[in-house]
Amino acid sequence: MPNNVFTRYLPLLLLAILWEIGPRLHWVDPSELPPLSAVGRAWWSLLMDGDLWINGVSSFINWFFGLGSAIIIGVLLGVLMARSQTIDDIASPLVKALYPMPKSALIPVMILWLGLGAGSKIASISLSCLLPVILSAYNGARGVDQTLIWSARACGATDRELLWEVVLPAALPEILAGIRNAVAISFIVLVASELLVGQRGLGYLISFLGEGGVYDAMFAVVVTVSALGFFADRAYLFFMRRTLLWRE
Amino acid sequence: MNETIFGAGSMTGNGIVFGQVTHTYRPQRGRPVLALDGVSLEVKEREFVALLGPSGCGKSTLLYLLGGFMPIESGTITVGGKAVTAPGPDRGIVFQNYSLFPWKTVKQNVLYGLEKQRKPKAEREQRAQELIELVHLKGFEDSYPSQLSGGMKQRVAIARTLAIDPVTLLMDEPFGALDAQTRTLMHEELLAIMRRTPKTCVFVTHDVREAVYLADRVAVMTSRPGRIKEIVDTKPSNGISRADYINTPEFTEKVDYLWNLVRDEAIRAQEAH
Repeated sequence: MPNNVFTRYLPLLLLAILWEIGPRLHWVDPSELPPLSAVGRAWWSLLMDGDLWINGVSSFINWFFGLGSAIIIGVLLGVLMARSQTIDDIASPLVKALYPMPKSALIPVMILWLGLGAGSKIASISLSCLLPVILSAYNGARGVDQTLIWSARACGATDRELLWEVVLPAALPEILAGIRNAVAISFIVLVASELLVGQRGLGYLISFLGEGGVYDAMFAVVVTVSALGFFADRAYLFFMRRTLLWRE
Repeated sequence: MNETIFGAGSMTGNGIVFGQVTHTYRPQRGRPVLALDGVSLEVKEREFVALLGPSGCGKSTLLYLLGGFMPIESGTITVGGKAVTAPGPDRGIVFQNYSLFPWKTVKQNVLYGLEKQRKPKAEREQRAQELIELVHLKGFEDSYPSQLSGGMKQRVAIARTLAIDPVTLLMDEPFGALDAQTRTLMHEELLAIMRRTPKTCVFVTHDVREAVYLADRVAVMTSRPGRIKEIVDTKPSNGISRADYINTPEFTEKVDYLWNLVRDEAIRAQEAH
């Protein structure tokens, strides 16, 4: 088992070693890529100064409300579109129009409409994450076995009970898979929106440090964001498996 | 006036009357297909009637119409004198694919209908436990359907349906997906259940032996469009048990007779494809 873990993370370890010795031996310019140890030191001082915390909390709030609203609206809309022809007819063209649009193109529009603060970032994240959630909820709810619905009907379930107690849980495996995609997108759009404009957030910190030429600290924030994205995905996967334990 | 409305119903008690039921299947692409053509049939209270026919003869459609799952286009279906318009707890249904809620445990599945009927909690718990014991699943209360065999899943589905004590039990090829041995055991179990809690039962199957073994009468349907071709009495004539019935010449004769009726329709159905 330890052997297994070792081999699995061996490529990462090799990358870390290369990152350390490459700049030191001047294979790459250390001013463009500071050695890993310098990045580590910069990370520690960012943590101690509180810069990482203040901007991290600010990013977390944008991320939380952006992704959260996308999940709530997306699941509701997707399920209702699947179950109601009228809602499908109204919402479907809008969803289809949104589908091929590069989501980062929405960021300037949101800034124009909602200003430079948190609102535009939350809206950008929300809109970008909405699509995979809607699609998964729609497909999941569409695919519910007709006899499952009839069984609930014959037991006396009302329309509303049918939606919450049968359609939604039956669609849950697909919805949770869709949300996983949304989590990945949320990190991309979060950092992109903060990079573009802002006074707070990890994305802002990256661009601020980069413009100031403090590259070891800039890399420290980049690594932090990547690690957060990785652990968020792991944690979500764990949660998803726990929730779907009944599937075997 | 009451007498004229409920007159027919009281004749059959809580029986079922299909009157000239016609149904057209309209696929999203392609031409509409006449699935049922003027089907009339009466099922008396506590009678067990099997609908027998080749696949695609509309026998399941007839059952779904009785369940109220699809609108009746032409003709009438009444249960206990009342016209069927929507699904209801008076008509419990069991499907071939079990249709259990996979995210609910055995017990939660059986409880579902009782919750929908707004029964008090203590009564729900007691009734669910009774049903689980009736179908011999004690000890599996907290298992999920994915952890059960096909036969066990179907027993859960039967328990869930019986829990709300429907007057009529609709069964759509319930044992069609099970292996031969499990199917035989399920036949015995179903008959035992029907002895303990007698119900009107409409049972859809394409298995001739199953139909003769379980049913009081077998209605043979023609291949598309589905019509009632003949109704055959399959109750053991001298009052012997069903278990013994299966070894009598009478049973074999009934099976042979019905098989000949179904055979022609099955051949016609194949040629039509």
